[in-house]
Order: sequence, then structure tokens, then C-alpha cells
Amino acid sequence: MLKITDLHAGIEDKEILKGINLEVNAGEVHAIMGPNGSGKSTLSAVIAGKEEFEVTKGSVELNGEDLDEVSPEERAHKGVFLSFQYPVEIPGVSVTNFIKTAINESRKARGLEEMPANKMLKLIREKSELLDIDRRFLSRSLNEGFSGGEKKRNEIFQMAMLEPKLAILDETDSGLDIDALRIVANGVNKLKSKDNAVIVITHYQRLLEYIVPDFVHVLHNGKIVKSGGKELALELEEKGYDWLKNEAVV
Amino acid sequence: MAYTEEELKKELETKEYEYGFYTDIESDTLPVGLNEDIIIAISKKKEEPEWMTLWRLEAFKYWKEMEEPEWANVHYKKPDFQSISYYSAPNKKPKYNSLDEVDPELLETFKKLGISVDEQKKLAGVAVDIVMDSVSVATTFKKTLAEKGIIFCSISEAIKEHPELVKKYIGSVVPKRDNFYAALNSAVFSDGSFCYIPKGVKCPMELSTYFRINQAGTGQFERTLVIADEGSYVSYLEGCTAPSRDENQLHAAVVELIALDDAEIKYSTVQNWFPGDKEGKGGVYNFVTKRGLCEKNAKISWTQVETGSAVTWKYPSCILKGDNSIGEFYSIAVTNNFQQADTGTKMIHLGKNTRSTIISKGISAGKSQNSYRGLVQVNSRAENARNFSQCDSLLMGNECGAHTFPYIEAKNKTAQIEHEATTSKIGEDQIFYCNQRGIDTEKAIALIVNGFSKEVLNKLPMEFAVEAQKLLEISLEGSVG
Ligand SMILES: Nc1ncnc2c1ncn2[C@@H]1O[C@H](COP(=O)(O)OP(=O)(O)OP(=O)(O)O)[C@@H](O)[C@H]1O
Ligand SMILES: [Mg+2]
Repeated sequence: MLKITDLHAGIEDKEILKGINLEVNAGEVHAIMGPNGSGKSTLSAVIAGKEEFEVTKGSVELNGEDLDEVSPEERAHKGVFLSFQYPVEIPGVSVTNFIKTAINESRKARGLEEMPANKMLKLIREKSELLDIDRRFLSRSLNEGFSGGEKKRNEIFQMAMLEPKLAILDETDSGLDIDALRIVANGVNKLKSKDNAVIVITHYQRLLEYIVPDFVHVLHNGKIVKSGGKELALELEEKGYDWLKNEAVV
Repeated sequence: MAYTEEELKKELETKEYEYGFYTDIESDTLPVGLNEDIIIAISKKKEEPEWMTLWRLEAFKYWKEMEEPEWANVHYKKPDFQSISYYSAPNKKPKYNSLDEVDPELLETFKKLGISVDEQKKLAGVAVDIVMDSVSVATTFKKTLAEKGIIFCSISEAIKEHPELVKKYIGSVVPKRDNFYAALNSAVFSDGSFCYIPKGVKCPMELSTYFRINQAGTGQFERTLVIADEGSYVSYLEGCTAPSRDENQLHAAVVELIALDDAEIKYSTVQNWFPGDKEGKGGVYNFVTKRGLCEKNAKISWTQVETGSAVTWKYPSCILKGDNSIGEFYSIAVTNNFQQADTGTKMIHLGKNTRSTIISKGISAGKSQNSYRGLVQVNSRAENARNFSQCDSLLMGNECGAHTFPYIEAKNKTAQIEHEATTSKIGEDQIFYCNQRGIDTEKAIALIVNGFSKEVLNKLPMEFAVEAQKLLEISLEGSVG
């Protein structure tokens, strides 16, 4: 599904990603861990097509198509979803109105009619129940005044509504309390299928107890320095990153 | 709803001002220039009684002694008042009984504007009094209104048919010598609308007037007078659009509202005059005096969405004369390219327990300048007056400007005045967030702008809100590169 080859990207003169190789197949869950500032959010933004970052070398392919010339909204239409580490506030635009617009824009791009209102309402009801979201919450302005945890839950709600092919969850767990973490993780698990893939970016092993990864990668200084199975996350929890940093030098 | 999503999309694809066309209708135009003879000629053409002619001449006398104001935060080439023709009326002028009698070319114009009388007739609950250039051409729904005793007609007709009402109220809220443009308007006003709601009557439909400017080189001087008698209610809509033209077109209207005891007037405006092209050429100069007077327990709400004009100078105001009266001002002003807007309101608290609310939303894009100027004045006898003002500015890009000038004059210690102001910028992060959800940049901006403007859009009557939303989108398109 996703194939990243020798990806170099940065901003202005600063190179942040320094040769990433990663392949994600349908049905898989990949976890990306790594110290602060190692480039995890940059990688997800580059996959999503944020133009601020310049790709200087290498490629990102989605289902065999090079995404280089593909705009962020087109990537979204193709099924790429990013749960933001820092979701953005849009005052005066309700969660419902926003998601309705997002869904209909994607449908339009695929040559479909707008989703009828009753169907939309049904879908909203279904997904908000799945994630235990109070309906009143949906009429509030998008992310405005939301608590950290509410913002994250709202990201997953949008993901549930949009049913992406490739979902990247950038530190969705930070800010969630223990109950919320379980609810969100269960939600993600329910949405998982053999046709879609998930990349989970996290600092904590705890989330991975719920969303069990097939692969764990460690990103350090813009490179994947180690990959392994789910037990790698446990090892990191125990030992930290220092031993890997040394390994990277070698 | 008047517009489907599909139509909206199509409109968004048109980058140029789409109402830029000119209809060739024979006009009966007075020679250019302004002097007493011209004023007498205007009055005569309109078959006015002598008192009206004298009223105009007196206003002209005042105007000659006045100077054009300089204090607004706008810059423009002053109009040459002697090179304007002050009267122009469509030539084929008989009063039409039905649409069939109306000049087909004119109907075609309405169709292009998307405000064909036919369509308007279908729009439930809206009676339309269309002002084509200076003379009212068509009036609908008059009968329904007449049954309730509501008078809704052109001001010229009112001068002839209801002189006692006009004589009593015209100039009572905006005196002839109030300001330069008001004086000019009083001297030369060509037409406009008149509305009277009798005691205790709730007007069953939204009254609406569409204004436009058609004849090259003729300024338009509308005069609107709305009187809501005791305990009555009326919602009045005003919307307009103009053909694009190379030379600047002057518009100096006067709107007077009178809300007697316990009456309520809602006055909504969606204004979409040609703002000038991308280089700042052309466009309408809009200098308007709008003011309402509230008697005891009365309420006046001004709601406006301003997207047009090269230069806008406009301060709908309320004089809260009666005790417990309420004044409201809800405004969205959009400026793009080289537009300049200096708008705001004045709330004059004279009575006890008077309340006013001001919500102003300014959106600036391109190289435009958008200023809010608001005055809250509390008179010494206005015990317990309250005001809440909120002025929010949204900037798009780095070359535009937003300015807020709140003036407060409180002469009574019990006054409670609150003022809040915010300035925000549409951020790249907001746009990217929307893009990531599959919403393209143009649509993302529309969404953000609508969210920003929501408090005001919500105050508009339904059918107007849709149109206003569409206008916001059209006027900002292409503003983010
Ligand atoms: N817009 C930007 N301008 C300049 N530097 C940037 C920008 N975005 C990211 N960086 C830098 O790139 C590096 C990687 O940042 P990134 O946000 O990808 O890290 P991260 O791995 O997600 O960290 P965290 O775990 O703290 O979220 C950091 O040094 C950061 O300061
Ligand atoms: Mg990060």
C-alpha cells in the first residue's frame, strides 16, 4: 500500500528526514517510535503532502503511484488520513459541519453524489457511539476550547467517519486518560481490516498493548535505525533509546 | 433555498465579477451638473408637491456650504459633483400592472442578476420593490400588504399618496444638514422605498428591495424611510449589485428608520457592488447615512454583509431615545484587492435602561484596508445603559490591513460598556488541516470565513443568509495564492 524509498525531506536548508525506507502493506499495523525531534511528525506530514516540507530525494508511493505531484486533498481522497499530534482549531465551524464537508468533498472527487442528510446523521450517530462521544460535543466549534483528550478523540471520530485506507495516528495517545485510551484503541481496532493499514506514532508501549503492531520501527535523527516485532517496543520501554543511538553511529 | 451546491460551485469558478454587464435601455437623463434649476427639474419630473421642492432646495443650500468629510480612513479621488447627471429613469415608463408589460430587456437583466421578479415572486414571503436606476419599475405583493394596512411603495409615490407621513418623518432622523452626503441626497434623491407598518401589525413577510445602478455616469441617491408604528414589527431586506464600469460611480443613500413605542425593525443588507478590478480600477463609491430612532421599548437591528464597493463609508446607527429601547448592529465587511472600507456604527443612548450590542466582523484580503469605527455614547440621563461590543478581524495574507477605532463617551456613571477585539489570521496550519481532510484550499477558506462570520450570518433571514454566504465566497476567491 505505502512504499517509502530513500526519502529525504526538510525545510529550507535543514534536512529533517535523511533517507527513510518503509513499506506498509494492507492489513498491517506499524508502530513508529523515537525520541523527540527525531522526525516522526515530519514523516507523517510529508506522507500527507504538506507543501511546507521539501522532498529533496527519494519517493513516497501509494498503491504504486508516486505521490510527488499529488496535492494533500487528493491524497486524502485516495484514502490517506492523518490524526494530528496538534489538531487545529477552526472557530465557528462545528464538528458536524466540518466532517460533512470533508465527506462530501471526498465523494465529489470520486464522482459521487453528496451523502443524503439522513445517511449522514445515521453515520454520525453510529461512529459517535463507537467512540463514546456525547452528541452535544458535535455541535461545538472544531477543536475550539477542546481539552487535549477531546481533541484526540475527535481526530479518531473523523477517521471513523472517513474510513481511510491508510491512517497515520501521530501521538493520538498522549493526552488521553486511561479509559479514553481504551475506547479510542478499541475504536481503531474495530475499524481495522485486511484492506487498510495503520501507522501508529507513539512514545508509549501502553497504546501498543491495545493496538498490537505487526512491526515496530525506531526513528532517530531522520532515519529508521531499527525495526522489529512488537517485542521491540517492550525493549525500548525498558532500555530507552540510548543504546540505539550508539547503534546508529555504527 | 435559492442556491444548490452545484450552482454555488459554478459561481465559484467564475473569477471575474460576473454581474459586469450593461443593459441598453433608453433612458431619460437630465444634463450633468448640479444647481437649483436641476433640483427643480428633478422635483418636477417626479410631479412632487411644492413643499417637497422647497425641502430639496433648502437641503441644497446647506450642501453648498458644507465640505466633504476627510476623516474616514479611506483614500479616493473625490467625485466631481458637477459632472454627474442627477436623474435618470428608464424611458418606457408607464406603471406596469403585470410583468408581461415590462421591457423584456429589463427582465433579461433581472434574470442575469439572478433576481428576476418571477423568481422573487416564487421565493415565499418576499415582496419585491425593485429600484432600477432611479424609478421603481415593479412592485409585487402589494395587495397582501394592503390588506393589513401596510404601505410599501416607492418614496415618490409616498410623497404623492401619503404626504402627511412623509412630511412628518422625512429628515426627522437624518436631518438635511446632518452631513455632506446626506445633504446632497436630500437635495437630489431620485427614488427609494417607503414603508409604513400600522399600530400593532406584524408584517407577515420579509420586505425586500433590490437596488442597482445601471446608467453610465449617473450617481444613485436613494432615500428610504421605514416607519414602524406602535407595537408593530417589520423585517426589511436590502440587497444590491451593479454592472462593472470603468469610471467610478457614486452612491449616496439615506435610510431613516423610525420605531415607535414597542415596535421592532430588522433591517438587513447584503451589499455587492462592483468593488473595482484586481488593479483597483472602477468600482462604486458608497457613502451612506443610515440611522434609526427608537422610542420607548422599541428595538432596531441593523445586519449587514458588505462585500462590494471600491470605497465604503457607512455607519448604520441607532438613537436609543426611549427608555428600555434596544439597538443592535451585526456586520460583516469583506475587503479584497484594493477595496477600502470604513464602516461601523453609532449607538446613542439617551433613554434609561437602553441596551446596545455591536458585533463586527472584518475580513481583509489582498491589498485592502478594512476599518471599524464605532461610537458608543451614553447621555447623562441614560441611567443603566449597557453596551457590548465585539470587533473581530480576520486577515488573509500580509498585505492587507485591519483597523479598529472604538470611541466611548459615557456621561453617566451607571453605564456598563464592554469592548472586546480580536485579530486572527487564516493560518497555513488551518488550511493544511482542511486539505488533509480532503477539502481544497478555496473551500477551506470559505469554511473558515463562514465560521468566523457565523454569529452575524445567523442574524440574517434564511433566504438572505444563503445568498450572503455565497457572496462571501465569491468575493474572496483567488485571494490566497
Ligand atoms: N516547520 C519547521 N521549521 C523548522 N524546523 C522544523 C519544522 N518542523 C519540524 N522541524 C524540526 O524537525 C525536527 C523533527 O521534528 P518532528 O516534529 O518531526 O519531531 P517528532 O519526532 O515528531 O518529535 P515529537 O516526539 O516531539 O513529536 C525537529 O528538530 C524540529 O524542530
Ligand atoms: Mg511529533
